Amino acid sequence: MILWVCNVALALQFVSILAATYRLLVGPTVADRAVALDAIMVHILAMIVVFAIRENTPDYLDAAMVIAILSFLATVAIAKFMKRGVVIDRSAD
Amino acid sequence: MIEVLTSLLILTGVFFSVVGTLGIIRMPDVYNRIHAMSKASTLGVVSILFASSLHFLTHTSAFSMKELAILVFMYLSNPVGAHAIIRAAYLVGVPLSERTVGDQLQHEKSAHHE
Repeated sequence: MILWVCNVALALQFVSILAATYRLLVGPTVADRAVALDAIMVHILAMIVVFAIRENTPDYLDAAMVIAILSFLATVAIAKFMKRGVVIDRSAD
Repeated sequence: MIEVLTSLLILTGVFFSVVGTLGIIRMPDVYNRIHAMSKASTLGVVSILFASSLHFLTHTSAFSMKELAILVFMYLSNPVGAHAIIRAAYLVGVPLSERTVGDQLQHEKSAHHE
């Protein structure tokens, strides 16, 4: 039963990654695209975790941890870039 | 029994993630979109990670802290990232939807532009 549930979950998450890709391509502002990228990262993380359950190996969770950290850093970097125009701000030096 | 609980948790998480993405598509402006997405997808991914923790607790001999570490990190970092992005969007001047009723941060935007 858990195999069936995992397959359904993977399929639904794939569909919602496609839906977020639509917003990534269409979105009128940079903020819309950043939101879509954040959603895609969260869905990829969830897909990796569901795949680890499906294959019954906890080794894939390392990849999920890396994706979580990268997603947060990318979001903060985009926010900084939108506000200042640069990611690393040296104007205070 | 544990398998049923794990399956229910996975399906709950997927449901909330899909609802969050639906909000990204349907909502009128970026503030509504991130409002729909960040909370729903945080709950969804936390639910899936909890399911994974439960599954590996019963199916493998060793108890792994990885899921719980990711869970705590996602629970802390996802709202912070959403807040950073939406604050930058507001200060840059992304327009609000025309159905917005009030804007209580207006003074902050004018202070930022001076």
